[in-house]
Amino acid sequence: MSITLNALLKSPWVFHLSSGSCNNCDIEVLDCLTPRFDVERFGIKLAGSIRHADVLLVTGSCNRKSSARIRKIYEDHVPRPCVVVAIGECSLSRGLFIDSYNCPLPLDRIIPVNVYIPGCPPKPEAIIAGVVKLIQRLKASV
Amino acid sequence: MAKTIIPIGPFHPLQEEPEYFSLTVEGETVVDVDVELGYNHRGIEKLSESKTYDQVPFVVERICGICSTSHPYAYVKAVEDISGCTIPERAEYIRTIIAEGERIHSHLLWLGLAGHFLGYNTVYMWVWKLREEILDVMEILSGNRNNYAMFKPGGVRRDIREEDIPFVIKKIDSIVKTLDMLKKAILDDPVLHARLKGIGILKREDAIDYSALGPTSRASGVAKDVRKDAPYGAYDKVEWKMIVTEKGDVFDKVVVRVLEVFESISIMKSCLLSLPKGPIDANLADIVPGEGIGVHEAPRGETFHYVRSDGSNRPTRHKVRAPTFMNLPTCKSTVIGAAIADAAIILASIDPCYCCTERLAVCRIDGKRMMNGGELIRLSVEKTEKLKKEMGRR
Ligand code: SF4
Repeated sequence: MSITLNALLKSPWVFHLSSGSCNNCDIEVLDCLTPRFDVERFGIKLAGSIRHADVLLVTGSCNRKSSARIRKIYEDHVPRPCVVVAIGECSLSRGLFIDSYNCPLPLDRIIPVNVYIPGCPPKPEAIIAGVVKLIQRLKASV
Repeated sequence: MAKTIIPIGPFHPLQEEPEYFSLTVEGETVVDVDVELGYNHRGIEKLSESKTYDQVPFVVERICGICSTSHPYAYVKAVEDISGCTIPERAEYIRTIIAEGERIHSHLLWLGLAGHFLGYNTVYMWVWKLREEILDVMEILSGNRNNYAMFKPGGVRRDIREEDIPFVIKKIDSIVKTLDMLKKAILDDPVLHARLKGIGILKREDAIDYSALGPTSRASGVAKDVRKDAPYGAYDKVEWKMIVTEKGDVFDKVVVRVLEVFESISIMKSCLLSLPKGPIDANLADIVPGEGIGVHEAPRGETFHYVRSDGSNRPTRHKVRAPTFMNLPTCKSTVIGAAIADAAIILASIDPCYCCTERLAVCRIDGKRMMNGGELIRLSVEKTEKLKKEMGRR
């Protein structure tokens, strides 16, 4: 296993990207960091900058304005290896906003997505379970 | 002195939503501020015209996760305004209980984030831990942590079970105890006094001129609250007082919000104790042609909904105005002249909510370089550290 991947699996730093969400998913992501759920137990930390992130947590129904930015961030700014987690119905399939004129594509048509966490919003337990599954899968793949 | 533009955003850890601020600074002082929105626009008003009256509450609930009661509340009031029906008393009480629960969790959420911006992560962690308790209460009452789905035109969707009430009351009493301790810890802290007093002052006249709403205006001495001015729900049936402070600085905004949480808890408790018996739904008949207006005092200020009906089963026009739309321009008068290290907390002090505000998208993609707000938070944290050192505290 490469040293970067090993380090990534021990302590994945996440960056949270909201692409036009209703805030609930974002709040549940932040909730995971606070004492009741406390994901720092698993070494998961919220990174202050995209350039420090190993995992991108994307929430929201990518609208026309933010999808261009998201593609740019994914292609130019995030260090590799990088995994993408789609959180919430909005980023999975656009959910309620599927008919909206401003949400043309779901997230996985914009950037590749590794893990999907459904729910509107998913409970913090679901988010943690999703990230843990991601770590297990990465471990199995190397 | 040369002017520098500091871009913040659109994706940054400062707020959980995407928005883009550009601060023009001269040395340490902010001389201009501009904001670019549109990263959150999802076409809700248009969507809601394609849904039936009964489905729209689910759409407006998802305007904003924090205000997932305020928007449905204002919307159902607008529809009831068209049809002119009266709502069963029990439904009014249940609506009030849910709305106040939301206010508690929203104010606590803001308080935590404000602590985080100042480098007081202890406050952030404590307050959010406390917030979980109120989310538990909401889960018991509505079945959901966030999107409560309680509202429907004519009443509420779900009744409150008698056997849940003692548990809920016990839980909110325990919240009061912890909150009391927190209130003393936060409001008596000399570092926070030094840090927050006298910055970002919104003068009374400015608050009136900008038509600021909610805690932003009440902190500047403008006593404005829909719950008092045009009582609805159960707000005129229970005792509570409006919190108004005079100075309008960031500290006063903290004080208003903290004290409002106590008021909300007492409203919630008296409503639960005097919950009348009876039906919870007026079973609205078809909506007649006409137009209606609904207002509700959301945690951030007055939310306004306008609905026009042509007699069919869906609205022909639905307009939403969220409080942040009125509060955001006040940044022009509060941030300008402040030091950059204070900009983060002043911008945050109106408790902005962009996903509520973005009803209209104007796209302008210019070639400015995007950076993140980590730098600003760092400055803010450093200032707190410096003050702590000067005051001989750790
Ligand atoms: S999935 Fe639901 S909770 Fe999450 S951003 Fe979308 S509407 Fe909001």
